[in-house]
Amino acid sequence: MDNSRTATVDIAMNPQTHRLSEKKLRKAKEKFIEGVLFLCAFSAVATTVAIVAILLYEAASFFEHVSIVEFLTNTQWTPLFENPQFGVMPLVSGTLVVAGVALAVAVPIGVIVAIYLSEFAPHKVRETVKPFLELLEGVPTVVYGYFALLFVTPMLQTFMPELPGFNMLGAGIVMGVMIVPYVSSVSEDAMRAVPMSLREGSYAMGATRFQTAVNVVFPAAISGVLAAFILGISRAIGETMVVAVAAGTQPNLTWDPTESAATITSYIVQVALGDLPHGSIGYQSIFAVGLVLVLMTLGFNILGHLLRRKFREAY
Amino acid sequence: MSNHTHPVVGSLKAETRNFNFFYGSNHALKNINLPVGDRKVTALIGPSGCGKSTLLRSFNRMHDLYPGNRYEGDIQLYPDNVNMISHGVDPIEVRMRVAMVFQKPNPFPKSIFDNVAYGLRVRGEKNKGVIADRVEEALKGAALWNEAKDRLNDLAFNLSGGQQQRLCIARALAADPEILLFDEPTSALDPIATASIEQLVAELKQKVTILIVTHNMQQAARISDYTAFMYLGELIEFGPTDDLFVTPKVKQTEDYITGRFG
Amino acid sequence: MTTPDLNSLRAMIAQHKRYDILFGLVGLLATMVGVVTLVALFVDLIMDGYPRLTATFFSSFPSRHPEEAGILSSWVGSILVMITTALAAIPMGVGAAIYLEEYAPKNWITDIIEINVTNLAGVPSIIYGLLALGLFVYILDFGQSILTAGLTLGLLILPVIIVATRESLRAIPIAIREAAYALGATRWQLVSDHLLHYSSGGIMTGIIIGMARAIGETAPIITIGALTFIAFLPPAPFTIDPSTDMPAGLFDWLFSPFTVLPIQMFNWVSRPQVEFQLNAAATGVVIIIATLFMNSLAIWLRYRIRKNIKW
Repeated sequence: MDNSRTATVDIAMNPQTHRLSEKKLRKAKEKFIEGVLFLCAFSAVATTVAIVAILLYEAASFFEHVSIVEFLTNTQWTPLFENPQFGVMPLVSGTLVVAGVALAVAVPIGVIVAIYLSEFAPHKVRETVKPFLELLEGVPTVVYGYFALLFVTPMLQTFMPELPGFNMLGAGIVMGVMIVPYVSSVSEDAMRAVPMSLREGSYAMGATRFQTAVNVVFPAAISGVLAAFILGISRAIGETMVVAVAAGTQPNLTWDPTESAATITSYIVQVALGDLPHGSIGYQSIFAVGLVLVLMTLGFNILGHLLRRKFREAY
Repeated sequence: MSNHTHPVVGSLKAETRNFNFFYGSNHALKNINLPVGDRKVTALIGPSGCGKSTLLRSFNRMHDLYPGNRYEGDIQLYPDNVNMISHGVDPIEVRMRVAMVFQKPNPFPKSIFDNVAYGLRVRGEKNKGVIADRVEEALKGAALWNEAKDRLNDLAFNLSGGQQQRLCIARALAADPEILLFDEPTSALDPIATASIEQLVAELKQKVTILIVTHNMQQAARISDYTAFMYLGELIEFGPTDDLFVTPKVKQTEDYITGRFG
Repeated sequence: MTTPDLNSLRAMIAQHKRYDILFGLVGLLATMVGVVTLVALFVDLIMDGYPRLTATFFSSFPSRHPEEAGILSSWVGSILVMITTALAAIPMGVGAAIYLEEYAPKNWITDIIEINVTNLAGVPSIIYGLLALGLFVYILDFGQSILTAGLTLGLLILPVIIVATRESLRAIPIAIREAAYALGATRWQLVSDHLLHYSSGGIMTGIIIGMARAIGETAPIITIGALTFIAFLPPAPFTIDPSTDMPAGLFDWLFSPFTVLPIQMFNWVSRPQVEFQLNAAATGVVIIIATLFMNSLAIWLRYRIRKNIKW
């Protein structure tokens, strides 16, 4: 703004050169801004590269001490013991069991909620309920952990007296409730993307709402619903605080959800809480299991996005 | 078969009496009195927005799917002589008796066979033999059997546009409807596919009463027995197709069919 | 149709309609599970934590004695970390979104950026903690500081801000852009004079949702090794440090050790003593009120924007 005064003076002296240099200046400024904005956008790539680089670097040092075969086949994970064992299986099993319980809760409820909101609910109910579901998505996970440990597990213990205080069942159930809004919103998106003409075709045959929802809308939205499942699995696998609080810290190769077991994420938390020296094998081990976690979630995410894109293309 | 008759069309299958329709506060159809002859083809013509599709969709109560829509008056269905739009009549029951083919082919994301069998399954038919027979019959009725018989388990999306529309007709036929509604069924099709659908309509009227909305006056002239001309939500003129096109009685009808507007 | 036929048809329809009603109820019930959970969670927390929510709870440091312990260091820490996060994530996220929406040419570099934004949104938060541990704590040597935590959470919520900003930029009609260009505006003038103004509501929504997420995030901050027993506040600028007798610099707080509310809660919930768990519940109430408030604000804001948009 300030240079408007100097500009008039300049123009008075030599309009031609002034206009040219201002144009050049403006162009340089535009280029500079574009460059800065590009760097902002490129930070996403830089972050990914940094994640991969750090994980690979530390994991590489880890695998200098531990063979990949041992890592994948040994059935014990005791990296902090005197005679350390480095089999990742117990952590993976714990992770999968909790995720399995979570999905067993989240998938049926999430799909029913999605069908209900997309096909059955009156407009008013939908508009009232959806903000609540969104709020549920915003509750911090550490609070859900509290809920799992001090509310759900005691409740389960009233009819399962042998259930230990730390267990995967309670953690999984709470995690399931936690991802219901996510599963239902992705599935509902898919169902609402089904064109009205298909529904009309079904209703015109004399189908009821339920028949239309189950026989036409659901199959038409199936790839989107599958995407919701898979993205839900990926969330459950990467979720940390619920399991760190409520599932226990002992690596335990079991498929029984009523037992206590560590997951990949809760192991990382456990190590981070301790005072492991930088560069020790224990320190490196969290990057190695972190790498496993990234590979698992990345696989599921890619699959989920492919499926999601498929339903977007279909209509 | 029916003892309800009409001076122009003879034996009646359905009839609207002082029928009005409202989209919220928008009075879309005004005092429509339209006879629908039994096993005849009745065409609804008129410029866009005249209410012809709205009237057609009232016949199987598609408007019930959306909030804020309201019917007034009667749509009588014969021989039962019931008012299909009264509150006591279930729209689902109406739709089971009055089938519909839409403007754009809308096959379900299922196999060809399952598309045609859909209406039967909706009715709770479980017997596989019965379903297979009816599917074959319907596909033959829709002149699709020869093209589809070797690929009944293919996804319906793999058919061409004209084939998909014939599939939708087969889907409607399999449920054995009394009235078949067509909402501009050829507007999304090429001339060859259009010709085959038109031929099909001519054959189908042996068995079923047909009500067809068309934007194309030549089509109305080619395939219908009776034509209703609608304008701005009103039924302007109704009569045997030949009379209406050759000697229209109302000035607006004449203007429309001679291409002066619309 | 004959009468017996019609009667059987009606019986069948009635039968089918029963499923409609049944599913309507089941659906409502399933939906209520979510809503009821939210309410149960909140009631449970309040019942446990309410007695602890006194003024001294907010003005006391954590302590070995549960009844004396408070959340002074953690709520101050949370606010400082949030400020750092906002300073890092907002300009970067909005800038990235502007680039992708308004500048980016259609080429493979843009594609790669797009893929990365999508993927980062799906990376578990604890992985950001590992990144921060390796990169910020050790390689860049920021230590286990507010700066490290703020940058980590900033990266974590970057995709949220990018996606929200892009969506609200995309909602602006092309006609507005053409109008600005027709008046001789440069691209940046278009962005800064027009687009950012018209999309500010949507961007705000994204920022609030992102910040609400960051304030409740625990895992990445634990992973960087943030201490859980912090009985002091980060140095305020220019206050005298008694041990060195020197005034603190303007940015010294950035490098200070810290704790945040969710870590304090995690720390207390893991203790076996019930008294500490009550402290955890009270902390949970504070966190939940903060996040619910921010999320409701965002939802309300979005609702208002949808209502007001005229194009």
